[in-house]
Amino acid sequence: MDITFDHVSYTYQAGTPFAGEGLQDISVTIHDGSYTAIIGHTGSGKSTLLQHLNALLKPTSGTVTIGDRQITSETSNKNLKPLRQQVGMVFQFAENQLFEQTVARDIAFGPKNFGVPEAKANALAEQMVTLVGLPASVLTKSPFDLSGGQMRRVAIAGVLAMQPSVLVLDEPTAGLDPAGRLDMMQLFAKLHREQHLTVVLVTHQMDDVADYADHVLVMDHGRLVKTGTPREIFADPAWLTANQLGLPKTTQMAMALQRRGFKFAELPLTTTALAAALLPQLPVKAGERDE
Amino acid sequence: MNKLIIGRYLPGNSWVHQLDPRTKLLASFYFIAIVFMANTWLSYLVMFAGVMVMIAASRIRIGFFLRGVRPMIWLILFTVGLQIFFTTGGHVYWQWGWLHVTHYGLINGAYIFCRFVLIIFVSTLLTLTTQPLSLADAVESLLRPLRYLHVPVTELALVLQIALRFVPTLMDQTTKIMNAQRARGVDFGTGGLFQQMKAVVPLLIPLFVDSFGIAEDLATAMDARGYRGGDGRSKFRVLAYHSRDLVAGGSMIVLTALLLLTRR
Repeated sequence: MDITFDHVSYTYQAGTPFAGEGLQDISVTIHDGSYTAIIGHTGSGKSTLLQHLNALLKPTSGTVTIGDRQITSETSNKNLKPLRQQVGMVFQFAENQLFEQTVARDIAFGPKNFGVPEAKANALAEQMVTLVGLPASVLTKSPFDLSGGQMRRVAIAGVLAMQPSVLVLDEPTAGLDPAGRLDMMQLFAKLHREQHLTVVLVTHQMDDVADYADHVLVMDHGRLVKTGTPREIFADPAWLTANQLGLPKTTQMAMALQRRGFKFAELPLTTTALAAALLPQLPVKAGERDE
Repeated sequence: MNKLIIGRYLPGNSWVHQLDPRTKLLASFYFIAIVFMANTWLSYLVMFAGVMVMIAASRIRIGFFLRGVRPMIWLILFTVGLQIFFTTGGHVYWQWGWLHVTHYGLINGAYIFCRFVLIIFVSTLLTLTTQPLSLADAVESLLRPLRYLHVPVTELALVLQIALRFVPTLMDQTTKIMNAQRARGVDFGTGGLFQQMKAVVPLLIPLFVDSFGIAEDLATAMDARGYRGGDGRSKFRVLAYHSRDLVAGGSMIVLTALLLLTRR
């Protein structure tokens, strides 16, 4: 399911003195089956853009086309449910959305809202709990008895249980420990790879962009300033620094090595790429340094 | 929620903005009290002129104040309607059973309408030009004499300040949770009354949990920074009266004098 933005602008509290620009003239397509990362500094419009992906916000002007549904400023709030089932959203600190008495009921909540029968929803809950790496024993516990990281996983399971075809992630690993981060990111990558889920990821972690994304959108002051593959985006470190963005740690490392005389055909973005590029150079360089 | 003008603060640097919050608070209460003394057209004219001068001094567009009246319009019309239909006396223009429109009724209705508008204008002006925190400071300062009656004024002020500080945070949180639940298929504000009430549960429970979480964290943080209750604490934001506060007070006296001259 493609999501297309056609000259989309959004103004917060339009028509009041408190009005503020959210998005300005965004035109972009997020292709079916792609893994898109949205980066930009705080307040650049990333979250505003995200909320257009399932019509939580409707454009002040322009059109958002989600699958075969067109969303404009005139679209009514009715009949948006099928669309919201298609586009699953994991918000920042998603554990805040838990409310049911048991984990099982919380995960089944989404599917039941979209008309999935009770028995099937419960089966989905069991399935999703294992998918996000929790033991089945948590199903009968209250979500409020879990640790923060476990709650996050339950919340993510609740979104996955709706079986969306587009998964929108707003900094899904913020505040998780390193192991939890890696687990979650690899889960999303696996879903993307195996179920051809379209993934849209908002992140400040350039490493994640380099490791997982195949497409990057760079936002600045409500505008889309650059789109391309991670390689294209990270090719210009000076431009990134000017836009208050960074490079993946691997690329930073590679640049430091470059200054010491190592040579790279193109700057490696991932650890594996860096290792592969270093390997043939190492014996020679190591010999030089020994002198 | 966003349409509501009353209770919001509009940053500015006008003469009214710079007044001491205590002056503004007292003056607003005083003005609202003397509105009820007005009982002739001329006296209402004086009051309206007074409000207009205040609005001009605040350099905020009049449209704002009119918008502040809008959410209240049904209450106003209801009250005015009651006055018109149920006041007896004077020339009777129209009658049907026990409903009648009389001369006095019409005049009373118009007066009530003016009172509502004046009161809303003045309270809108107060909140538009005063930061909530300075308003809380003003309340604390004005309540200070109650200490002699063993009212815990500093604690009340702290509660007020924390409450005001967390209004925007909780509003943000509400929007976020609402969005998260809408993304999971909850329809807020549609369906029957029972359905709508049920839809609020996924919003209210996380909000309560979140509020208690915030309260606990904040209490620990305050404790860690050496907060041991209100006694013996100094104040960082000190309020001070200036000459303009005298002018504001003086103009209230002038307004009262004009009102007394024009009322019957």
